[in-house]
Amino acid sequence: MITTTSRPVLGQRSISRRGLLGGVAAVAAGAGLAACQPGSSARPGQQVAPSGDGGAAGYDGPPVELAFWNGLTGGDGPIMKKMCDNFTKEYPNVKISTTTIAWADYYQKLPAAVSNGKGPDVGMMHADTLATNAARQVVQPLDDVANALGMTEEDFTPIVWQAGMYNGQRYGLPLDLHPAGLYYNKRVMEKVGADPDSPPTNMDEFMNVLDMAKSKGVQGLWVPPGAVANNFGQTMVYQFGGHMVDEAGTTSGYNHPGTVAAMQWVRSLIDEGYSPKNAANDSDTLALQNDKTVFMFNGPWMVTPLKENKKVDWGVTQVPNIGGTLATWSGSHQFVLPVQRSADENKTKAARAFVNWIIQNSLAWADAGMVPARASVREMPEFAEKEEVNIFAQQLDYVRFLPPVPGISDIATEWATATSNIVAGKKGVQEALDEAAQKANRILAENQKKYQR
Amino acid sequence: MTALPSAATRPAGGPGGERRGRLRLHHPLTPYALCAPYVLLLTAFVLVPAVWGIWISLHDWDFLLPYKPFVGAQNYANLFDPSSIVFGDFWNGMKNTAIFTVASVPFLVVIPFLVALLLNRHFPARTFFRAMIFAPFVLGIAVIGVLFKYLLNTQFGLINAFLDAVGLPPVAWLETQPAVWIALVGVTVWWTMGFNTVIYLAGLQSLPEEHYEAAELDGAGAWGKLRHITVPGLRMVMIFVVTTTILASANMFGQSYLLTSGGPGDSTRTAIMVMTEEGLRRFKMGSASAMSYLLALFLAVISIANFFLMRERKS
Repeated sequence: MITTTSRPVLGQRSISRRGLLGGVAAVAAGAGLAACQPGSSARPGQQVAPSGDGGAAGYDGPPVELAFWNGLTGGDGPIMKKMCDNFTKEYPNVKISTTTIAWADYYQKLPAAVSNGKGPDVGMMHADTLATNAARQVVQPLDDVANALGMTEEDFTPIVWQAGMYNGQRYGLPLDLHPAGLYYNKRVMEKVGADPDSPPTNMDEFMNVLDMAKSKGVQGLWVPPGAVANNFGQTMVYQFGGHMVDEAGTTSGYNHPGTVAAMQWVRSLIDEGYSPKNAANDSDTLALQNDKTVFMFNGPWMVTPLKENKKVDWGVTQVPNIGGTLATWSGSHQFVLPVQRSADENKTKAARAFVNWIIQNSLAWADAGMVPARASVREMPEFAEKEEVNIFAQQLDYVRFLPPVPGISDIATEWATATSNIVAGKKGVQEALDEAAQKANRILAENQKKYQR
Repeated sequence: MTALPSAATRPAGGPGGERRGRLRLHHPLTPYALCAPYVLLLTAFVLVPAVWGIWISLHDWDFLLPYKPFVGAQNYANLFDPSSIVFGDFWNGMKNTAIFTVASVPFLVVIPFLVALLLNRHFPARTFFRAMIFAPFVLGIAVIGVLFKYLLNTQFGLINAFLDAVGLPPVAWLETQPAVWIALVGVTVWWTMGFNTVIYLAGLQSLPEEHYEAAELDGAGAWGKLRHITVPGLRMVMIFVVTTTILASANMFGQSYLLTSGGPGDSTRTAIMVMTEEGLRRFKMGSASAMSYLLALFLAVISIANFFLMRERKS
């Protein structure tokens, strides 16, 4: 897989090409190459896992400070900070210094930092980005940790356990799952004559409430483009029998008949006046909080902001079965250990102890609305007391993920463009999805070549 | 003042010329040493990356993969091959960039000019207004993005609330065309006009008062003074403003990235956004570099053309 010879060859090439470039230019290019040499020499994959217990017995070495990067910019950030502080209380020799970078930037900065040998000791990633970062050798295999900690598939939901795997090796230790659910405004439900204590569970009941709302002049489910591109739209795709991409990650499901049916139904919500035309992104959450709509499909991260808003009387429940197959979109946060150029043995040990401790004590993480990935945590009596997160936890049997294929998120732009065109009414459903599928398939084919070498 | 020997009173050049050589007090290398810090920075942060970028653009380049095959001009050829994956995205991005540039530059050149004329007059609280006009420019694009996301929200935004108050229908500022372009140009003009205004103001203040007095004696009115003294006097300033504004508009990224995510559809995805997606999300840096060199080439040609079109003509 790794050809250590590729770099010298590249260097020689640049020198042989100097003749083509002007004096200064050639020197500059040479300097640039030289400068980049150490940068890309974090020889990923070569890192040897430390002998030892993989963090099972905690950490009793000299004081260390672990750099921990994540993208928890929302209400989940402070909760993770508190968990880190609790860890340090138990292991005073390990200080955790957390850096929080918005996820979109995080996924750019982490690889750059790792390639310069400045990657953090511990990181976090979404399950659907793990394969890409494993293939690009940003993160190291963690089989030793999983084995040493006695983590097994039985203790995790199979889908979230498998999501941490790439090429037969484990790269991510699952912390949580965050499936989409159905939020509803109790006050508006009552106003339109629906029972706020029995939210809809299927298509008929759901449309029934929407019709009742419509007759009272309330648009019951706002459909902004961002929601269609993300958890709401994808949940519908799975429910109508479609998929985002096939299991092998070689063919997109964007124009699968099920996907087309899902998007046609979404479009009909706008055409038939259940949603305003041109709903702004995030206007669904604002409408729900201002008693202007009945429903919102969204992830568990909405629990904290809704709880903080004392003015809204709301509830959350499992997604209703609208398309015929009960399914819901879900993400998963997983712990990763970024590749280090020169591994410090103590830090390596401490990082493993830290990750293990957090996962074992992830009950606190449920306060962020996230469902702990570990079954033994969900079985704790204290977990049952956390009302909302239990509702999300009841959906674990039918959550859906993207398959762990490197570069899988490269096609997300095509999906976002297609759904945006559909919601804006700029293109027909079939036309928009056909275009997206065709382009996505070519990107997937190109990625296959890129990552197979 | 008069007691001080001023450089201006000494005859420059001419007889002083030969004396200068003998009186030179510095080491022959001093000028180079003085230039060195700048040259060093220019080399490290402009020249090397620029040349290095050309090298990258000739490869299928992912900085983390050990395998970076040399592909020659393939990345450039793809940009001109309608059957390649990047062709559609890239030229759509270039088209959107062109639309934004053509739509925003006239406003960004003319409005600041008019504002500068106003701010150059004497009136109470002039300094306050000068500061206010410039104030938005110091805000980062992130702040502008968040601010206008609230203001322009179709259902809950302040701007549509005003429209509603005067009986106008709401506008989907960030969801439908052409409203989105109007919104993006409007945001950009509000945000950046202060910069051009300050440049114009500096130019206006350098115009000698005597010219205006002479024009007045010749019977020129306000319009005549503007046409025959102010505008010609600001020619170099205008070339600067037009050139930098075109370059800034062609590099538009943050406004559509934060406000529309390139939507609706991909109608506001600018060339820079396409490059970011290609190079930093899909990690195809060779292809992204090729795109940026092509954009740079376009901008260089436009800048040169602009300079020649606006230069002083000897008739």
